[in-house]
Amino acid sequence: MRRSDGSGPPSGPPSGPPSGRRSWRDSPVRRLTPWLFLLLPLALLITFTYVPVVNMVYYGFTDWDGISPDRNFTGVDNYVQIFTRPELFRVFFVSGYYLAASAVQIAVALYFATVLSFDLRFRNLFKGILFFPYLINGVAIGFVFLYFFQDGGTLDSVLSWLGVTTDHPWLGDPTSANASLAGVSMWRFTGLNFVLFLGAIQSIPGELYEAAQLDGASRWQQFRHIIAPSIRPVLSLSLILAISGSLSVFEIPYIMTGGATGTSTFVIQTVKLAFQFNKTGLASAAAVVLLAIILLITWIQRRLVPDDKVDLT
Amino acid sequence: MTTPDLTAAPAARPTQPAPSTRPAPRRTPRRPRIGTALTYLSLVAASVVVLLPLTVVFLTSLKTSEEVADGSALSLPGNWLNTDNYVTAFTDGKMLAAFGNTAFILLFSIGGTVLIGSMTAYAIDRFDFRAKKTVMALFLVATLVPGVTTQVATFQLMNGFGLVDSRWAPILLYMGTDIVSIYIFLQFIRSIPTSLDEAARLDGANAFTIYRKIIFPLLKPAIATVVIIKGITTYNDFYIPFLYLHSEELGTISTALFRFKGPFGAHWEAISAGAILVIVPTLVVFLLLQRWIYNGFAQGATK
Repeated sequence: MRRSDGSGPPSGPPSGPPSGRRSWRDSPVRRLTPWLFLLLPLALLITFTYVPVVNMVYYGFTDWDGISPDRNFTGVDNYVQIFTRPELFRVFFVSGYYLAASAVQIAVALYFATVLSFDLRFRNLFKGILFFPYLINGVAIGFVFLYFFQDGGTLDSVLSWLGVTTDHPWLGDPTSANASLAGVSMWRFTGLNFVLFLGAIQSIPGELYEAAQLDGASRWQQFRHIIAPSIRPVLSLSLILAISGSLSVFEIPYIMTGGATGTSTFVIQTVKLAFQFNKTGLASAAAVVLLAIILLITWIQRRLVPDDKVDLT
Repeated sequence: MTTPDLTAAPAARPTQPAPSTRPAPRRTPRRPRIGTALTYLSLVAASVVVLLPLTVVFLTSLKTSEEVADGSALSLPGNWLNTDNYVTAFTDGKMLAAFGNTAFILLFSIGGTVLIGSMTAYAIDRFDFRAKKTVMALFLVATLVPGVTTQVATFQLMNGFGLVDSRWAPILLYMGTDIVSIYIFLQFIRSIPTSLDEAARLDGANAFTIYRKIIFPLLKPAIATVVIIKGITTYNDFYIPFLYLHSEELGTISTALFRFKGPFGAHWEAISAGAILVIVPTLVVFLLLQRWIYNGFAQGATK
């Protein structure tokens, strides 16, 4: 392919480029080249994303246990079970706690991103402190907060300092356990939202603020009319992440409670079904349901907020 | 900001060009004092919320087991240089092996991700071929499938390959499903002028030489971003090592720490030391690379 580009000796003058170009572009080597680059990436993509999805849908219609060579086709039986057995369906309600926490998380992140996009003393220090939890290992976070919520642990000690004595076992009943875990997940993920918002706010041209300030706009008015409109895409992205994240919570509750006291989430349940109880069929059906919900939400969001940045070709 | 005329700002502003206004009231800090104080208060409160749980665990890691049993969680350790717990966590928690395994997985999965991501981006951006749209769509749709959902089936596949309980399983998964990095590279490669490729082609370079000698070196900033994001997420991942690496000697940082709690159930001083051991590398990397980390994650998530 190296010489057919019109620069080759025979047809020296640049009068022939159209045909020279074409023949070069159509040459088999040239046509093959992109595939040489794409071979490995596509192989991995298909093997580890598409094949599992297809298999998963198939397993979802069977009663396979993941080990035995024979699997029986059971139709929609697994799906019926998921939606009718209360102990399987309950995990959806647990997501509600995380969803509520995500809402608070987005509001808090937005507030701090706005505040820290203006000049402040120790701005970088505060930025670092707010973001750092997002980088910490999930298992370490789980242990830190397990100690935090212990009887006589950090939380109880702080409360007793403030004159409040409680002997409430924070992880002891479903409501407070789920609320505590959702709080931990808020602690962990606020930093990501914060950095996303901060980036979006800082990409707003500074003149806009100056003009607004000259017009006597208050901070709130500046937020309302300059900041809010320009971060809408990031905000809508955060909403999808929040919803799909709330549905697929795994680490924090698994590490802290193992899913006990009513804190089991969709993914914990799926993992247990698949890898402890060998109900691969049922677990696959559950995963298909989760995947379908997430795809649906993403689709709705794309519909509601047309995002111009999605075009990647 | 102490000047009283600030509240009357809307009326006063339009006359600004006239240099009449006395000792030049500062333009920027227009907020009343209380507002500023409340802002700082909220920032300090948030910092306490973030730092307190971590500080307490750090303090606990320096205490003896008697101190932990008797004192309050907020009390200070008797001996600030007590490293016994760290030794326990490091040896009994098999942390050295865990760091080694994590480093091995990091090395290959980051290397693979950079190579695969940049190759894919190069092929997609610089070539016209018939199935391009389809290939793009395949990558695009895959972003919508969260890894946690498909592991039930992926596990069966890995099992079929005989890779369960091998460090190659997480490496393959981290490499093969990282679509975010492909987007980062794609975004960046577009800003590299094609005239560079063409000039090299006229000089007789083929596509591989162009990729290797021109494109790849120019991708450095994007590579840095991908290395940081991939590094931190891989280091912290629990789900995949938990599912695929069962043997104790294959434990990564996450799973080793998770297992360590078992035998040390109530020994919070040792568990705390283990947690701190895992957090410290992250802290160091964060302090060294702050700026790139913020940008990296902002880019990674919005793509």
